Amino acid sequence: MTDLTQLGVAQIRDGVRDGDFKARDVAEAFIAQVEKGRALNAFVIETPEHALAAADAADAARASGDLKPLSGVPLGIKDLFATKGYQTTAGSNMLKGFEPVYESTVSGNLFAAGAGMLGKLNMDEFAMGSSNETSVFGNVLSPWRRNDGGNAGITPGGSSGGSASAVAARLAPGVTGTDTGGSIRQPAAFTGISGIKPTYGRCSRFGMVAFASSLDQAGPMAHDVRDCAVMLEAMAGFDRKDSTSLDLPVPNWEANLSSDIRGKRIGIPKEYRIDGVPAEIDAVWEQGIAWLRDAGAEIVDVSLPHTRYALPTYYIIAPAEASSNLARYDGVRYGQRVAPENGNLTEMYEATRAAGFGAEVKRRIMIGTYVLSAGFYDAYFNQAQKVRALIARDFHQAFESVDLLLTPTAPSAAFGLGEKTADPIAMYLNDVFAVPASLAGLPAMAVPAGLDGQGLPLGLQLIGRPLDEQGVLNAALAFEERAGFKARPEAWW
Amino acid sequence: MSVDTATVRHIARLARIAVSDAEVEALAPELNNILGWVEQLQEVDVSGVEPMTAVIPNHLRLREDQVTDGGIRDAVLANAPVAEHGFFAVPKVIE
Repeated sequence: MTDLTQLGVAQIRDGVRDGDFKARDVAEAFIAQVEKGRALNAFVIETPEHALAAADAADAARASGDLKPLSGVPLGIKDLFATKGYQTTAGSNMLKGFEPVYESTVSGNLFAAGAGMLGKLNMDEFAMGSSNETSVFGNVLSPWRRNDGGNAGITPGGSSGGSASAVAARLAPGVTGTDTGGSIRQPAAFTGISGIKPTYGRCSRFGMVAFASSLDQAGPMAHDVRDCAVMLEAMAGFDRKDSTSLDLPVPNWEANLSSDIRGKRIGIPKEYRIDGVPAEIDAVWEQGIAWLRDAGAEIVDVSLPHTRYALPTYYIIAPAEASSNLARYDGVRYGQRVAPENGNLTEMYEATRAAGFGAEVKRRIMIGTYVLSAGFYDAYFNQAQKVRALIARDFHQAFESVDLLLTPTAPSAAFGLGEKTADPIAMYLNDVFAVPASLAGLPAMAVPAGLDGQGLPLGLQLIGRPLDEQGVLNAALAFEERAGFKARPEAWW
Repeated sequence: MSVDTATVRHIARLARIAVSDAEVEALAPELNNILGWVEQLQEVDVSGVEPMTAVIPNHLRLREDQVTDGGIRDAVLANAPVAEHGFFAVPKVIE
């Protein structure tokens, strides 16, 4: 019999529909893999009963001819999504034990489409990190190892590190991620999987623990482009509970998938060629250009002149929004409380937040508080919002002459755990290629391209016009067909 | 521009985060590094550029001014660290 855990989202859906196997068998197979994969620390909590209940409902639905778009598909849910009755922590001590009394729109949409939940996925605390080393539940390990015979722990990337590790190790066929400045795309690239951040506003932010609200977007991570299209269709949609939700119909991304990209114009931004990036990144980029040219696309050099300012802009705007959003953790309404004996209200706030937040979160709240404080608001925050407008304008001008952009996803392959934790800015530089599209709210997708000399995956990124997820997915499919990326991490866990 | 330990204490106070002396000593150079790095934005010519307010053009929706929710006091209080008599409870703020 087929090993059901080797199947992707669409294959599982189709197999359950066609009666090739029972949804119950799929759920049980993945539940066993999740248990076996605990050494990866990808899951914060396991919820086998949820996955089994959804599987039984799927099997019953098949019998009654009432299947839904994701019937029979068990998924992992990033611990940033509020799940009713299931602990939701955002990787923070502050929210340990927090069991929401409501469901996030995105997870609710997936469950309404018939999907079940295998568990909640580990992540950087409040999604602040690029290596999954800031979670209160500890580091997540990538299933990948270097080909030097050693067993050094490799980061799965962040902040959706548990999500990436779970898919790459086949503990789940698909997962939710969230992307504020690369948190879907960089971990996807590090682990040899696919992931798409849709246009800002496509997926509701309701029930997603807020980090930087003008940037936060949910998206799927899975084995291939089709699976991402299937999941995104279920996740997206207008939601009155999110004031920035786009009131637009959800396109039939899967049905309209086509790798025929003949005549599409694909821009190569020259500012993404930066010093200090390994030659292998440039080589894989050249290879990707050749594949898309082979698919009939026209390759065009473009310029995005403000690219180098994207990262510093992000590291003003995101902390500023975080300092405001995270003010809600006051030890009063939910979350941890630390109340010093005979302390007043302010002392309770200060002690609660000192104990509840980790070092990186405190650092970002402090930066955000500083750039928003009296006397500095104009020099930092307002200036950053102006530069952000220029970064978005660069993209809009480029899209007057091209349909899509192709760039590297990250400036290196995955690094070892602990290798970059000493220097915050070195860690921030990981997202140099991911952040510009976030600042401009554009759809962007990471697809695996090949392995580097150490045997670790490298990915490339496709960026599209606002609302053109279809164009991004189609070019990604053409890319995927030519890359033929089949490498798998060897199971050591 | 340089952030000294007094400024760190001031920011921590604004952010309502208690910091130890050791944390203040460690944070001052860290914040200086990060703020020094973002300083490069000052060189960008932004004359005539409006600050971005909406990343994807959108409009704020209006709805009828009527109650759409409520009557869920127990659910609202379910995760409160301390709730008493149907209220969130905090240390005494009025003597």
